[in-house]
Amino acid sequence: MITLNHYLLLSAILFCIGLYGALSKKNAIAILICIELMLNAVNINLVAFTKFLTPGDLTGQIFAIFVIVVAACEIAVGLAILIAIYRDRSSVDVENLDWLKW
Amino acid sequence: MSFPILSSILLAPVLGVLIILFIPQKEDKVIKIVAALATGLTVILSLIAYAYYDQSIGGLQFVEHIPWIDELGVAYGLGVDGISLPLVLLTAIVIFTGVFASWGLEKRVKEFFIFLLALVAGVFGVFLTTDLFFFYLFFEIAVIPMYILIGVWGSTNKEYSAMKLTIYLLVGSAFALIVIIAVYLYTGLGTFDIQTLTQQTYDIGFQKFAFLLLMVGFGFLVPMWPLHTWSPDGHVAAPTAVSMLHAGVLMKLGGYGLIRAGIFIFPEGAKFWAPVIAILCIVNVVYGAMVAMAQKDLKFVIGYSSVSHMGYVLLGVASLNTLSISGAVAQMFAHGIMTALFFALVGNVYNKAHTRMIADFGGLAHQMPRIAAGFVIAGLASLGLPGLVNFVAEFAIFVGSFRVYPVLTILAISGIVITAVYVLRVVQNVFFGPRNPKWDGLEDVRGIELVPIVILCGVLLFLGFFPSLLMELINNGVDPFVQQYLTTPKVGGMF
Amino acid sequence: MIESIGIKYIWLVPLAPLLAFILITFLFKRFQLLSALTAIFSMVVSFILTFDILRVILTGHEITMNTPVEIAVPWLNINGLYIEMGALIDPLTAGMLFVVTFISLLIMIYSVGYMHGDPGFSRFFSYLALFVFSMLGLVIANNYFQMFVFWELVGLSSYLLIGFYFYKDSAAQANKKAFITNRVADFGFMIGVIILFLYFGTFNFLELAEGISASTDLAFLTLAGILVFIGPIGKSGQFPLHVWLPDAMEGPTPVSALIHAATMVAAGVFLLARGFVLFASASATITFIAYLGGFTAFFAATIAITQRDFKRILAFSTLSQLGYMVMAIGLGSLTAGMFHLTTHAFFKALMFLCAGSVIHALHKQDIFEMGGVFKKMKITGTTMVIGGLAIAGIPPFAGFWSKDEILLVAKTNGFTFLYVLASITAFLTAFYMFRLIFLAFFGEKRSDYHAHESPLTMTIPLMILAVFSIFGGLIGAPFLEHGFAYYVYFGEPHHPHPDYLIMGSSTLIAAAGIFLAWLVYIKKAISAEKIANQFAPLYKFLYNKWYIDEIYQWFFNKVVLSISALLNWCDRNIVDGIAHGIAWLIRTTGAKGRYIHTGSLQTYGLVIFAAVVVIVLFLAGPVVGGVQ
Repeated sequence: MITLNHYLLLSAILFCIGLYGALSKKNAIAILICIELMLNAVNINLVAFTKFLTPGDLTGQIFAIFVIVVAACEIAVGLAILIAIYRDRSSVDVENLDWLKW
Repeated sequence: MSFPILSSILLAPVLGVLIILFIPQKEDKVIKIVAALATGLTVILSLIAYAYYDQSIGGLQFVEHIPWIDELGVAYGLGVDGISLPLVLLTAIVIFTGVFASWGLEKRVKEFFIFLLALVAGVFGVFLTTDLFFFYLFFEIAVIPMYILIGVWGSTNKEYSAMKLTIYLLVGSAFALIVIIAVYLYTGLGTFDIQTLTQQTYDIGFQKFAFLLLMVGFGFLVPMWPLHTWSPDGHVAAPTAVSMLHAGVLMKLGGYGLIRAGIFIFPEGAKFWAPVIAILCIVNVVYGAMVAMAQKDLKFVIGYSSVSHMGYVLLGVASLNTLSISGAVAQMFAHGIMTALFFALVGNVYNKAHTRMIADFGGLAHQMPRIAAGFVIAGLASLGLPGLVNFVAEFAIFVGSFRVYPVLTILAISGIVITAVYVLRVVQNVFFGPRNPKWDGLEDVRGIELVPIVILCGVLLFLGFFPSLLMELINNGVDPFVQQYLTTPKVGGMF
Repeated sequence: MIESIGIKYIWLVPLAPLLAFILITFLFKRFQLLSALTAIFSMVVSFILTFDILRVILTGHEITMNTPVEIAVPWLNINGLYIEMGALIDPLTAGMLFVVTFISLLIMIYSVGYMHGDPGFSRFFSYLALFVFSMLGLVIANNYFQMFVFWELVGLSSYLLIGFYFYKDSAAQANKKAFITNRVADFGFMIGVIILFLYFGTFNFLELAEGISASTDLAFLTLAGILVFIGPIGKSGQFPLHVWLPDAMEGPTPVSALIHAATMVAAGVFLLARGFVLFASASATITFIAYLGGFTAFFAATIAITQRDFKRILAFSTLSQLGYMVMAIGLGSLTAGMFHLTTHAFFKALMFLCAGSVIHALHKQDIFEMGGVFKKMKITGTTMVIGGLAIAGIPPFAGFWSKDEILLVAKTNGFTFLYVLASITAFLTAFYMFRLIFLAFFGEKRSDYHAHESPLTMTIPLMILAVFSIFGGLIGAPFLEHGFAYYVYFGEPHHPHPDYLIMGSSTLIAAAGIFLAWLVYIKKAISAEKIANQFAPLYKFLYNKWYIDEIYQWFFNKVVLSISALLNWCDRNIVDGIAHGIAWLIRTTGAKGRYIHTGSLQTYGLVIFAAVVVIVLFLAGPVVGGVQ
């Protein structure tokens, strides 16, 4: 029997994988993908909670769809920025992207 | 409702700014004329207010009151009494002459006058307003243009001085802001009106706390030793008109605030802290004068002399009796006129000779007899010679403070001897002595350049001969407050 | 009410010269002759009014020292400070007014000739008018405040006139010195006036006199008296604030005559007379005044015998004579002091004008470069000898009567030491004055010069003053029924009786001084050089004026300027250093703190995540704990 805990565990694993990737990957595109993973982990959580705690509602599902939309926007903007950066620097390696520094 | 004369004084420079905004940059003559007209208007209006102020009634007159933020109890309130009216007149005279002193300016004329007029509008606001919120607001309006004016049009280390001055003044005003908010919350009346706040009673602990903060905050502006070092630097770096306005008027905001917001609202706190002010002000007087003696740059001499003279104002304030406070206000007026005259003269010399080092000069009275005469008059005013208004003011302070702090007053009086030494040394080294052919090319002041010198000398002499015109008005403003709130004449007691 | 134009229009006495000053400064500056005439005309007006006041006093006998006339208008009336400007008319005022207006008038006329061709001609007359205004305002003052105001203003005029030749470094130095020295004195005076006001609540002389007479607070009266006396120490050149007066000779000679001999320097003595009740109220004060005056008289005379400069000798002689006057007042005789002031004004003005005449002709000031001037300048020479006889105290010249009166007071009041000191000073006076006259006017020419007698505008004042120097003393001669003492006194008029012993001995002393000068400088029976060499240290000590100037110079240069430099250093480095230190602290904190910002996105992310974890744990902690 698959319980809520299984879903939450999956979501937590997925989130941690995403987080690890986002914090450790050098390539900016990989980071973006990892962020997508984290968002998807959240989606799983949302849907799972709705399914198990308030089965009648669709709140979680709708919310998940919103997240997907936002994620799509974000990836679009993020990739655009990355392309711009790539044109400027010929690299999307975040090691080199330290312009926020002082 | 009668003619809003105080609002007109406040808005005249603002109107000047608006007109100048629409004048093309290259029409600098027109810009200067507009500035002169706008400031001339303030002089005329202040004189009218001065003439029509009814001394038999006293108190705040020409009052205007428009609620602004009802929720906070902030109101645009204007009004003058015997304390602020002379200072309004002083501001008007100094800025009017200051415009003429910058007649020769060529660099970014338009912006200069816009900022100058904005600055002066702020200063007028501080003296005119009856609301603590606006008091603070106008003060900030005055400080920011000053930063730009010094930073852009200044000389000698201007960026450093502009920064230093602005930071000092803002730190000072931050202290005042704390008290403004504290007193607002403390009373819980939901008003910033100074008169209402004056009538409240505060418990002694709060008074001590509030007055200490005000003493430090306004101490930055006055400036009180050891918070004074911005002032010589600022004076030296600022362009002529700004130096005039700054030393002539802006420093007086401190003294004015200390009297109006400090002593009158927190009389018990004032009594507690007065001996501290008295001791520091003696340091101001003697130390300022001694340091002035060691200076090599003319403007530094005047800058430190201002520190020294503002010490007398603080002494008057610290003595907390009618005579001494009246003397302090009169001294603010007198010193404002005198120091503006000094800066106008030095600025003129600097524009022509491109140096202010005392050692470079000598025998300048040959080439510039009028400047020399003006400088001697300013110098004599500075050392408190009878016949010039400064003497009466200083004398009133001394008589008033002697009964409170005899020893400190004697030390303060010794300041007039030291002042004589450094002023006369400067006069001798710069203006007297054999003709120096190096300066033969210098032209004496004439035409429009004479305007500030004549007006300022005239005011010094006129009020020196008829001091009652000034002193009685001030006394009229000070006396009721002192009678009501400072009934115990003895403070301190140590000295 | 006494009918008198002079009293009715007394305000015009000082204001006429003020008006002249304003007119000359602003309108007539370009027209030299007009300037001079304006100034002289204003003096004539003042003089006529003064003369009328004098007439009323001499004929009416209504205004006496004890029943003066007072006129005053409020000048400043605020809570806690009431100040009047007014006039107090009594014989003391009238006498002083007469001296000031009369001598000023003569000196202005003289100056027309003396200053002829000077580029600052108009300026000179405007300053003179300013001076006379201030001086007259001082003389008529009815209160200490007014006295102080005009006291300072005469100081200002003196400053301007000493520095008249501002292009000379020495003049610029001298006027500064004069002003500052006087400032030091005024510092004491001002405190004195303030404490008197605070104690008695008034500045008015008459009200103060009442208060002081009623007061028994001896310590306060002594203190106030000494403080006020510091003013005269400066203005009347008493030791140790005398240093400015010899240097003041840098001014044009008419100025030296008017201000630094006849009138302004006498203002201190006048103040002592005017405020006599204060000084007399404490015996310590009055004794101090007497001894200081006596010492100054002697001290200045010893310096005068060694000097070489014509005007400086006269300056030291002035100091010495001022010492006499101060001593006289200190001895308790207002009459003797004022009498000597009056006669001294005549003969000292005369001698200075003679000096001016000689300098004008020779363009030299060193008496050792003169000699035989008498042959070329008969009028100047004669008048100078008259002046010399007057100051030496040979009867019947003016100085004889007044000096005898002082000696008499010293003797009768039991100040034997001062009597002896004053007699020695009288001997020295006769000696140095005739040393000057013999060296400059007689003997052979000692350098190359072309001398000619001065124009009439200069010699006429000389002759008038000479007449006064001969006969002026007779007004106070003890043989007179209604002499000087009948009018000017303190308390009750005191009729002096001729003391033939003092008269005889003082005449002998003076004659001995003159004789010694004659032996040394005409007969050459005694060599001055030899004596000077024999007492070389003493001679050097006297020639260098007891090294007082050097001490002051040292004090100022080494002590005051060092303190000033030290404080300046402190200001720049310590006071400003602390401010800079705070700025540095803030800047450094920022500079170190900025390394937190690595700029690496992933570090930021890690930190954010860690923070979230911490916050969540922190918030969830209680909940988790609760679940357990």
